[in-house]
Amino acid sequence: MSVTAGTSYLEALLQGQPQPPSPAVAWLNRLRGDAVDRVSALTVPTTRDEDWRFTDISPLTRISFQPARGAPILQAADIARYALPEAAACLVFADGVYAPQLSFNKTGVVVENLAPGVMAHGATIEPHLGRHAEFRNNVFAALNTAFLHDGALIIVPRNTAVAAPIHLLFIATRQDVVAYPRCLVIAGSGSDVTVVEDFVALQDEAYFNNAVTEIAAGDGAHVRHIRVQRESGKAFHIANCTVTLADSSRFQSVSVALGARISRFNLNVVQAAAGVECEVDGLALISGRQLADTHTSIDHAKPHGVSRQLHKCIVGGAAHAVFNGKIMVRAGAQLTDSSQSSRNLLLSGRAHVDTKPQLEIFADDVKCAHGATVGQLDAEEVFYLKSRGLADVAARNLLTYAFGAEILARIPVASLRQHLAQTVLAQTTHQP
Amino acid sequence: MIVESAKTLLEVRGLRATVSGIEILKGIDFTVRTGEVHAIMGPNGSGKSTFAKLLAGHPAYAMTGGTIAYEGRNLLELAPEDRARAGIFLGFQYPIEIPGVANSQFLRLAYNTLQEARGKDELDPLEFDDFVRAKMKLLEMNPDFLDRSVNEGFSGGEKKRNEILQMALLQPRLAILDETDSGLDIDALRVVAGGVNQLASRDNAIVLVTHYQRLLNYIVPDYVHVMDGGRIIKTGGRELAVELETRGYDWVGAEFRQAARATA
Repeated sequence: MSVTAGTSYLEALLQGQPQPPSPAVAWLNRLRGDAVDRVSALTVPTTRDEDWRFTDISPLTRISFQPARGAPILQAADIARYALPEAAACLVFADGVYAPQLSFNKTGVVVENLAPGVMAHGATIEPHLGRHAEFRNNVFAALNTAFLHDGALIIVPRNTAVAAPIHLLFIATRQDVVAYPRCLVIAGSGSDVTVVEDFVALQDEAYFNNAVTEIAAGDGAHVRHIRVQRESGKAFHIANCTVTLADSSRFQSVSVALGARISRFNLNVVQAAAGVECEVDGLALISGRQLADTHTSIDHAKPHGVSRQLHKCIVGGAAHAVFNGKIMVRAGAQLTDSSQSSRNLLLSGRAHVDTKPQLEIFADDVKCAHGATVGQLDAEEVFYLKSRGLADVAARNLLTYAFGAEILARIPVASLRQHLAQTVLAQTTHQP
Repeated sequence: MIVESAKTLLEVRGLRATVSGIEILKGIDFTVRTGEVHAIMGPNGSGKSTFAKLLAGHPAYAMTGGTIAYEGRNLLELAPEDRARAGIFLGFQYPIEIPGVANSQFLRLAYNTLQEARGKDELDPLEFDDFVRAKMKLLEMNPDFLDRSVNEGFSGGEKKRNEILQMALLQPRLAILDETDSGLDIDALRVVAGGVNQLASRDNAIVLVTHYQRLLNYIVPDYVHVMDGGRIIKTGGRELAVELETRGYDWVGAEFRQAARATA
């Protein structure tokens, strides 16, 4: 794709920008203005960009997407199957537009729509919104920021624990719509919170979700983040998530990618202070002609940091999975303890995976382990199950399911874990 | 025990087998009748584990000569799962870990698969839970092992107990236990051996594959076979195991070669 084509595509997308709401918040308007400038200066990435080498998003630019004009009318029954009984709060966004009639908050902390939230909580939000998710060189984050309006705002005060999960449900209902889901989580010092971001579709058409999530965890905070991408099979899903972790905080994340024709998830975790622990796990289960690309970066900027990462892909049909996992250990980040494992299961001869662990270590007293495997089911494992009487196909189905279930087991929300286990079981069960 | 009216379960004649084109088994004759306990001993690399895995149908081993009859059927014609359904059980030397599958789920699936194959009733999760807990008591296993992923993070001893638990659930007619004693401390060995002894009956048979005599203090074999270089070079009673423990394996090999020269 030529630069010109990429530029005009972005211009067309920008023209769909709704008028900024009045009364204007000066800092927010500046932020949006900066983002618009960056979109104008940047181009849609191509496979000539190192970061997009394996992921050709040119099909995205062949469709003319427009933001939703007004929220679709949805009933509670439409989304009942996605409800999490454990949730203490749920914010629902339909085609990117906040749906207050379907949302609730029983947590006692701020869980509300971002657009009005920037007025009420401006002083708390300003240091964070658009400050964590870099958009100077990221055209999709810039686009999202230029369109910043509805979104999820979660503010957990210091030393406050929200025991039950907070559910953010992003529903796609119409074709050719572009939505810019946005999420800001500010977890105060010593707080504890679990956030589920769930991207679902009520139809099987092409649309484009361009999401940005920013999470700031204060000193000693514990944040769990579960992300489920189950978009329609024709959808485009591009998401950027940046997590900034303060002193002795803990971050556990599980991201699951099941849907979309083309999906890209960038997760950047910054250990900005000492003694931080993070677990960053992921599963992509795709088939047909799907492409799922996960780029993660764990930045050990300070000493005594721990990171654990297990990323798995199960790839069937002619699908293509990409994993790029960067671990950065900066000078001074002594006694970092980091492990990363990328494991990939190919179910067909046409399935394809590109995996690239990337370690950059600038400190000398660190423990870093990483490994990547790509292959088919292990013959010893299949034999073990067959020696217990399981038919070949039953043994293979069980092992394929188990390969994915190991990641799902790390989701701390039981109903979601069970629901996804059923989905994975159905997708990995082949009849003889 | 050696039983008068015993039926022949397994009859191996002149068995030869290769792995990756290399001949490992070089003509084995071996007969097992109901009620019997056999021990196959031998130094590392003698082919005893290969023999055990081949009987269970491991795909890495190719049979190149001889015959194996199990209850009168040609074993070679049976896929591994069909051998299991016909009552053959292999206790693995290195049981496989399956993260993501709860042990209870795996055990019930295996149990019900065999029940179905035998035309018997399957158990639902609640019924199975009672059933499996009773069996676990026999092996002094912590019920927590039901909720954990299959063998994941189990110690060597816990994995071996889990193998014998499967044997207890699946009620095989021919149980082949491959180095079940390796990696067990003396307490675990006592418990595992106790479990095996309780499962032994007039109607089934047990083949113990082991490097050391120690297990045979707890499970008393009717026959002890010494394997070396892919052949069974000596067969005796329990006392042979004791002799091997004190004298090692070398003398058996020397005796065998001498006899071979004498007949040549």
